[in-house]
Amino acid sequence: MSATQAIPTGQREEAALAHKCLYYMSLMREMEDRIERKLYRQGKVLGGVYVGRGQEAISTGVALVAQPDDVLFPSHRDMAAFLIRGFSPGRIFAQYMGRMDGATRGRDGNMHMGDLNHKIVPIVSALAATVPVAAGAAMALKYKGSRNVAICWFGEGSTSLGHWHEGINLASVQKAPVLWICNNNQYAYSTPLRQQMACANVADKGPGYGLPAEIVDGNDVLAVHEAARRALEFVRSANGPYLIECKTFRMTGHSAHDNAHYVPPELFEEWSKRDPIKRLEARMAAEGWAEPEEIESLHAAILKEVDEALAFAEASPLPDPATLTDGVYESQ
Amino acid sequence: MPTATYLEAIRQGLWEEMERDPNVFVIGEDVGVYGGAFKVTEGFYERFGEKRVVDTPISEAAIVGAAIGASYMGLRPVAEMQFADFITCAFEELVNFAAKSRYRWGAPVPIVVRAPSGGGVHGGPFHSQNPEMWFVHTPGLKVVTPSSAYDAKGLIKSAIRDNDPVLFLEHKALYRRIKEEIPEGEYTVPIGKARVAREGRDLSIVTYGAMVWTALEAAEQLAAEGISAEVLDLRTLAPLDREAVSASVKKTSRALLLHEDTRTGGLAGELAASISETVFEYLDAPIVRVTAPDTPVPYSTPLEEAFLPSMQKVLDKARWLAKY
Repeated sequence: MSATQAIPTGQREEAALAHKCLYYMSLMREMEDRIERKLYRQGKVLGGVYVGRGQEAISTGVALVAQPDDVLFPSHRDMAAFLIRGFSPGRIFAQYMGRMDGATRGRDGNMHMGDLNHKIVPIVSALAATVPVAAGAAMALKYKGSRNVAICWFGEGSTSLGHWHEGINLASVQKAPVLWICNNNQYAYSTPLRQQMACANVADKGPGYGLPAEIVDGNDVLAVHEAARRALEFVRSANGPYLIECKTFRMTGHSAHDNAHYVPPELFEEWSKRDPIKRLEARMAAEGWAEPEEIESLHAAILKEVDEALAFAEASPLPDPATLTDGVYESQ
Repeated sequence: MPTATYLEAIRQGLWEEMERDPNVFVIGEDVGVYGGAFKVTEGFYERFGEKRVVDTPISEAAIVGAAIGASYMGLRPVAEMQFADFITCAFEELVNFAAKSRYRWGAPVPIVVRAPSGGGVHGGPFHSQNPEMWFVHTPGLKVVTPSSAYDAKGLIKSAIRDNDPVLFLEHKALYRRIKEEIPEGEYTVPIGKARVAREGRDLSIVTYGAMVWTALEAAEQLAAEGISAEVLDLRTLAPLDREAVSASVKKTSRALLLHEDTRTGGLAGELAASISETVFEYLDAPIVRVTAPDTPVPYSTPLEEAFLPSMQKVLDKARWLAKY
């Protein structure tokens, strides 16, 4: 707290934002490390595990700008959006472990989670299918005269699917209030960008749809936040959709079973130097926004929070097989 | 009572629901200024404006996807597929996004996807298909197939008020062919309930959609020959009114299953299994099927006529069944 008092008046807001960003990015990192490196290996998480290691700045920077009633469509590498929206870490662990306290009560796994009370719509596995749904949600917000918007994340791989093009086109034609966020992490499973698309940037696709687009450093959380702030102002002022392409790198395999042998090691080395958490910490130290002890105690608090959340999830019951056929229809 | 065609009945039902509930809106290709390829939404644009009658790009996945997204925000979208055949383009949105939504995360998807289906109009392989079984096989979707103008109006209203995704298959050969008296004012027809279209004692013809009319014509002819055929119109294929099927077969002890859809994996197979599981002891004869063969829907008249189940094919099977 001592450092905060020493921060010049003009920088207090940015310093406070930096602290928030650091908290959510670090919480996401710690949770995903536990999921991928502990729970999965212990056999406590079954099926797929997809993490956003190295990409935490994108969901954090964008979701912190969103208003509470903006509707979010996060991808599988955007856990911070859930945390910022008030999903408890315990609920997320329980989701991964197929427990009753998970967001889908064991009906679906991993990042396939959502809750309309938190205004979050979950992905399906063909990720681009979310794009037309987000367009429709945005059209509905406009229909109702709301000032709220939809925010939809996807990877560069999604932009190859027809659904992506259909959703992007419809939203543009309708001038629907939706902010598109591309996590361009340069690999879709094992497929590198050059085999995914023939243009250099996802943002290059914007003009074909009359869609304003920009590129931002996806590993700089404050830059992402600032770009999203400006973009949301644009979208909220009834100007139609906007696309931000966040350049980043997937610091892991596609999923926990994938050792990413196809990624040249030097790429991991290069991108680890741009780690969004380390970068923010360095910036905070350089600007005088935080003392080293403050950052240490933040990480210690996160460890404790995550331990408690895990204990909660492990204590959560598994679903009762007798409920297997419940809830397919309203009256069933 | 005033009369209405099957098409006009759907139009009235949709219109009344839009008058009743400001959250209901129409989205699809050419549904606005043009009034829809079959003119079901003619006059809607003028009455309800472009906000509630949304013309879209040629983009079935976006139409159904956008309807799903709008339903999450509290609206009640009615999406139109210009032809049911084009629903293949929206398969992912319907089957993976809409159908599984309530089950996996508790979010209802109150959308209606209207789709003109069926042959007999020389539409060829891509404007004549009966796609119902792809969706009957998808838990979470409801599939409605009205055969009469009365039911079409009552069922479209129920579909719009339903809190689950409903695929509403309009048989395009019936649009202007069927004209009936329908009551003025408000009524609905429940989803999931079959109706006895004609009472009979000797055998049951279980069917739906345009084939109800083929069955009724056949039953008339059979009556003249002293065979009393019951015609059961399923009206909804998912959820299926198995009780009504069992009750009819229990009464007549003979079952003829009829559909315009192709044979293998068609509804008749499921109906036969269901009858066998519930009322096997009451059967006096093997269960028989009259369906289209396992081919695409052909274009040229003699081929299409050979493809479609005809009254003659129903008569032949029914006579055989009655004698067994």
